[in-house]
Amino acid sequence: MTVKAGKPKSRLDPEPLPRRDFLGLASLWATAGALFFAALGMLRLPRTAVLSSPSKKFTASLPDNLAEGEAFVPPGRATAIFKDKEGVYAISTICTHLGCVVKPSAEGFECPCHGSRFHPDGTVAKGPAPKPLPWLKISVSGGKVTVDEGTTVKEGTKV
Amino acid sequence: MNQADQQPTHSQPTDALSEFWKNLKAAPRLLKETAFRTGKPTTDRSRSSFVFGNVFLHLHSVRTHRWSLRWSTTMGLGIASTSAFLITLVTGILLMFYYKPYTDVAYQSIKDLHFVVPTGRFIRNIHRWAANVMVICVMLHMARAFYTAAYRKPREFNWLIGMGLFVTTLGLSFTGYLLPWDQLAYWAITIGANIAQSPRELTDIHNITTWFDPGGLNRLILLGSDKVGPEALIRFYLLHIMILPLVLVALMAVHFWRIRKDGGLARPADATERVGETLEPVQPVFTEKPTKTYHLAALVKGRTPAVGNGPEGTVPSMPHLFYVELSVLMVTTLICLGLALVLDAPLKELANPSVPENPAKAPWYFLGLQEMVAFSAFMGGIGIPTVVLFGLGLIPFLDREKAGTGEWFGGPGGWPLVKRSIWIGLGAALLVEAFVIRFGWLREWFPGIPQLIITFVNPGTVLTLLYAAYSVWLVRKWNSTRAGALGLFTCFLCGFLVLTIIGTYFRGPNWEFFWSPADWPKH
Repeated sequence: MTVKAGKPKSRLDPEPLPRRDFLGLASLWATAGALFFAALGMLRLPRTAVLSSPSKKFTASLPDNLAEGEAFVPPGRATAIFKDKEGVYAISTICTHLGCVVKPSAEGFECPCHGSRFHPDGTVAKGPAPKPLPWLKISVSGGKVTVDEGTTVKEGTKV
Repeated sequence: MNQADQQPTHSQPTDALSEFWKNLKAAPRLLKETAFRTGKPTTDRSRSSFVFGNVFLHLHSVRTHRWSLRWSTTMGLGIASTSAFLITLVTGILLMFYYKPYTDVAYQSIKDLHFVVPTGRFIRNIHRWAANVMVICVMLHMARAFYTAAYRKPREFNWLIGMGLFVTTLGLSFTGYLLPWDQLAYWAITIGANIAQSPRELTDIHNITTWFDPGGLNRLILLGSDKVGPEALIRFYLLHIMILPLVLVALMAVHFWRIRKDGGLARPADATERVGETLEPVQPVFTEKPTKTYHLAALVKGRTPAVGNGPEGTVPSMPHLFYVELSVLMVTTLICLGLALVLDAPLKELANPSVPENPAKAPWYFLGLQEMVAFSAFMGGIGIPTVVLFGLGLIPFLDREKAGTGEWFGGPGGWPLVKRSIWIGLGAALLVEAFVIRFGWLREWFPGIPQLIITFVNPGTVLTLLYAAYSVWLVRKWNSTRAGALGLFTCFLCGFLVLTIIGTYFRGPNWEFFWSPADWPKH
């Protein structure tokens, strides 16, 4: 804007938006913007890029006397491995509700935390679980099975 | 008398030495005088400067209305919360001497504290009990502020700060829960982190989780990994000892400061008449009713509540208010010490990621939530709490009424309305729970029902809607927002109570209903 020459402006009778105020406001907003983006940038740090968890793939030997429909849970793993006439298959035992480890039972799986129940094929029978238990990728070689807990497959996939 | 005699004496070397001695002898007295410039607080004036001349005390106003000092006004709940926080602060720092936030040694360091460290067990017990006392006091304090309508103008903003303090207090308790790295801790945090992830319940339904996953982001930032492990422990530790305490202290400073700036505690318009004559004569500061505030020696014009008020009905904060505050601090400390002597803080076996506790229970103040997440993770853990917090935050902006401010159960309806709301709140919660426990819910009747319906129609949302409907009916009946708020707040308090008690005492293995833990199956 232009300032009319001649009549001096006093601080008590200012122009609508003098140049100084404009510069002041501009630097204020620049600071606010810089702080905002700095905060966004800082949020990148706690957002982990490399997860420290151990490998999700594991290999196990099935016990010889594993009955049809009986679950084999390798120690320290949250996976139930089954064997029937069509082949072997693996179902995750991590509850889809709030992540507790479900226990295989005669009727399927039961969750100790909030009472979800699952059918033997992993579908929800009862309780708050929103999704069926996922089936996991499994492969057989030389009498041993390899399960990838990070890869889910279509329900009913047996090898 | 010649010229030399008129020279200032301090230029003489011998006199400088004696001056030095004099000053050295006076140093203790001078130290006291410079630290406490105003002298002993014996007069009204020196008592005032005792308060405003001290950086810690000046959060208080120099004079306190006698209404605020009555036991029944606050029951000391705010100061009790602060006292409990101070106790956790001191004991928490002591525990940090030995605690190690690494998964391989955390549990052992707690065991060391319990069995080896001198007074370690006692200090940990005090820390644990003070944390519980703090949660209870903060809740009761919030209820007090609500029932005395203390959130009303000009205290709306302070009510919001108080809500921030409430949430931060719960956050502090929850993060502290993981640190012992025992079974209880591990599974409570697993559940908590998955509740943070539960927006996936909605994004999964719409198949958009792969590119819009706020739930997964929540969990990733909270745990720093895809499961509860070393990263999660150090993050919870950081939150517990640094981030949340800093937030809490900052909010507390604003909260206290605002009490003073909002004109002290809420009181009825006729409070001065009702407390009667003061115990000591009050000297009027102004010969006529002032039109300005005390700020900057009464130079500043303003709209703050102190404008237009003289000192009538008030007493000096020093000593009257401070004696009351110290006695509440003493009582709180006594309660925490007493509980710590009698009851040990629990420590279960070492965390085992493959076998959950059965039942796995959160701390008691989250068991009401756990009862609701057993219906739907998203609605119970995030949806309904968000709606409740949003509603609580809106109260001061919706209730612009005047009647009953500063009175217990003030407003249309009063205590009879609250009493009826207690019965309705308890009754509705018990009925809904009894129905679910006896007959189950939608999925038991229609196995193929879509998750979306369960997320939005579950016992938690039904109960919330019942309460809301009752509250709307109250607003219409009494033609008053305050009446509706009184009913709704009371109902939610009762619902919280019922769900918490059921979660604590009547849920056993697999979260099934049992009349008593004696009926739990043996294995």
